[in-house]
Amino acid sequence: MSRWSHVEQAPADPILGVSVAFNADTSDKKINLGIGAYRDETGKPWVLTCVKAAEKKICDDLSAGAINMEYLPVQGYQPFLDTTSSVILGKDSPIIKDKKIAVVQTLSGTGALRVAAEFISMYNPGVTVYCSDPTWGNHHAIFKKAGLVTKTYRYLTKTMGLDIDGMLADLEAAPEGSVFVLHTVAHNPSGVDPSEEQWKKIADVVEKKKAIPIFDTAYQGYASGDLDKDAFSVRYFAHERGMELMVTQSYSKNFGLYGERIGALNIVVKDADSAVKIRSQLNGITRPMISNPPLHGARLVATVISNPDLYAQWDSELKIMANRITSMRTALVDALKKIDCPTPNPQFTSWDHITSQIGMFAYTGLQAKHVEVLQEKYHIYCTKNGRFSMAGVNPNCVDYLAEAMKDALATKGPSDL
Amino acid sequence: TMPTDQATRMARTYLVFAVALFLPCVAASTLLTSRWSAVPQAPPDPILGVATAYNADPSPEKVNLGIGAYRNADGKPIVLRCVREAEKKIATDETAMKEYLPIQGLEAFRQVTSQVIFGADAPGVKEGRIAVVQSLSGTGALRIAGEFIARYNVGTTVYISDPSWGNHHTIFQRCGLQTKKYRYLSPTMGLDIDGMLADLKAAPEGSTFVLHTVAHNPTGVDPTKEQWKQIAEVCKERNAVLVFDTAYQGYASGDLEGDAWALRYFANELNMELFVTQSYSKNFGLYGERIGALNVQCKDKTTADRVLSQLKTVVRPMYSNPQLHGARLVSGVLADPSLKTLWNQELKEMADRINTMRTALVKALEEIQCPVPGEQFKDWHHITRQIGMFAYTGLNEQHCNVLTDKYHIYCTKNGRFSMAGVNPGNVKYIAEAVKDAIASV
Repeated sequence: MSRWSHVEQAPADPILGVSVAFNADTSDKKINLGIGAYRDETGKPWVLTCVKAAEKKICDDLSAGAINMEYLPVQGYQPFLDTTSSVILGKDSPIIKDKKIAVVQTLSGTGALRVAAEFISMYNPGVTVYCSDPTWGNHHAIFKKAGLVTKTYRYLTKTMGLDIDGMLADLEAAPEGSVFVLHTVAHNPSGVDPSEEQWKKIADVVEKKKAIPIFDTAYQGYASGDLDKDAFSVRYFAHERGMELMVTQSYSKNFGLYGERIGALNIVVKDADSAVKIRSQLNGITRPMISNPPLHGARLVATVISNPDLYAQWDSELKIMANRITSMRTALVDALKKIDCPTPNPQFTSWDHITSQIGMFAYTGLQAKHVEVLQEKYHIYCTKNGRFSMAGVNPNCVDYLAEAMKDALATKGPSDL
Repeated sequence: TMPTDQATRMARTYLVFAVALFLPCVAASTLLTSRWSAVPQAPPDPILGVATAYNADPSPEKVNLGIGAYRNADGKPIVLRCVREAEKKIATDETAMKEYLPIQGLEAFRQVTSQVIFGADAPGVKEGRIAVVQSLSGTGALRIAGEFIARYNVGTTVYISDPSWGNHHTIFQRCGLQTKKYRYLSPTMGLDIDGMLADLKAAPEGSTFVLHTVAHNPTGVDPTKEQWKQIAEVCKERNAVLVFDTAYQGYASGDLEGDAWALRYFANELNMELFVTQSYSKNFGLYGERIGALNVQCKDKTTADRVLSQLKTVVRPMYSNPQLHGARLVSGVLADPSLKTLWNQELKEMADRINTMRTALVKALEEIQCPVPGEQFKDWHHITRQIGMFAYTGLNEQHCNVLTDKYHIYCTKNGRFSMAGVNPGNVKYIAEAVKDAIASV
């Protein structure tokens, strides 16, 4: 008998499990609205031109012996570290100039969150971590793995708007010094973001509660096409309000570098000395986890950002992606209106929540019972919470999708609110 | 004396004045003080610190015998030719996307990596009962193994050779496991097989033993085949959880199969359940791309499948899924017969150069009649008996300080030389420095 006979089968990961089911489906009508990765209007993944150019350059440099594959320092690739904080804080941020920031290269957003969680559990032990309800499924698992207790704060109204009163009340009720996980822009899974005015109110509560904000930044530039605009919340907290905070960055979506796992953890602090010490402790967390981070993704990002032509190319490709997503939101709502598809529930006055939401996802208001119909009858795959990855929508399938949604609502009735 | 009410008023005024000055200072210091101001500076990593010191040294004579990465005869890092070819293929492949890998990693890589260590005909491979996850090189694989062991072999103590790679203890402790040491090195830099067997025999049943598959780090001292068989007996009797750390397969002798003998004996001949971590940092020169694997050989396929599902739950909240590039490079080389042949050739080149330098260093020491590093040594031949990246010279910390301070020769304070840092251009200089260090101390 195996010494691991007591090891049980782990449950399938709900998000990634959708793709598994999609891949196994042989229907030529199938649509993947599950995984959050960009698709072009023919439904294909897209490697950005600026990334391909950077990759050729790296390959040439390797062939010429100009660069090699030696270990990176524990904190990561210095040219990448030099640029990543300015992406989120802006090139002219006084925080960067005064070195009041500790930065490490991480395995995309997940890696950054895990390092942040381990740091918090070492230096703020016993704090509770508050995540929005709903949030990205992996948030709770990551913080729990680091030994922290997680709770939720209200986030969504029944009709898919921001429940700002509920959110502020729940944050206000949290113990002093709690951790608040905030989505910088393009909230995952709902696509519902606070307005600038609402961010100011949230900042008031964070300040009052001396809370530790963690800004999960997975969609900067990808949401609106404008890197500066998408960074408003972080820059407001860091610059205008002078708060200490953590920012995790992922370049998976905005650079299309999903599989290369490139991101960063930034910890903004009040003085440069603390930043140096904090960085040394972050390295102490990384060393027994991965020793040092991988080269390739960091080289790609650094090469693009530091080259003016490639940077301009990146900027325009960001706009292409953001504009396509936004136009698909409009197209889907138009298609639903055209066939008089009822809203998910009479409490919804329209389908406009889909166009007012931003980023990769639309939180449609459909529920598991509808999703079942979409999947089984129409080969349309999405997560059970009615979250559509809008990147999976394109002009060819938007009408089919609208029909399927109408049929699902007709068959299973409205959502239960 | 003052009237009481005037004294009271003055006291009150002073008090208000003092508080008015004091409170804003407190408030200001709170405003200016980080909430993490008490976070201490972490101690520098001893191994990586050597490279930092070396880089900062402006001396043209400096020699880096610190970090364990290959250097050619000119002292330069290399990128293997087979890797450069694989890079070109990827860069020009219009169909190569950058989508997320599955949590367990690139499928083509997973298939081939267990064949590299177990052998393509290994029963575990053929029967599909090895759970494999792509990992961030050896460190990543050890960490995943540690997290799994902490969850499913509760209460086990992890036994690590003394000495071992410094990060071993840290990794397993970070998983919440207790670590201990087993004796390893004899005073003359050979294997203390009796001490090792005694310490492993004394471990509680179900303990975890970390073994170095080949080219022990940092000593370069490996058990013989006979000694491995003795070790296996104890492992079986103790029902130990085995972790084979494999960082130098092919790099040690130039022969991938030969270097895998110990693991294959335990896994294929004895059919034991065990963990094998693999790193492609050294044998593929892919240090910075962080590519490796964790293999868990189980008694049957259904167990392996369940184990894999749980390994994935360790990975997901750590970094979601591993990175593409290194996995593509390794699987790209191994899938192409001509590149695979080229890889084997380049492995032999690296291993041969290291072995040549061992011989050259011993010859240089003997030529200048350099005394041995301690009276327990008959000669310097432990350096040529050792294998792999490192030589455990027998020099002590004081010797090493002389090497560094006087000769700008950098190595870790335990007298460990990275032989890759030795070349025909510096071997005589190193020998002279060693002789002087021994004379001075």
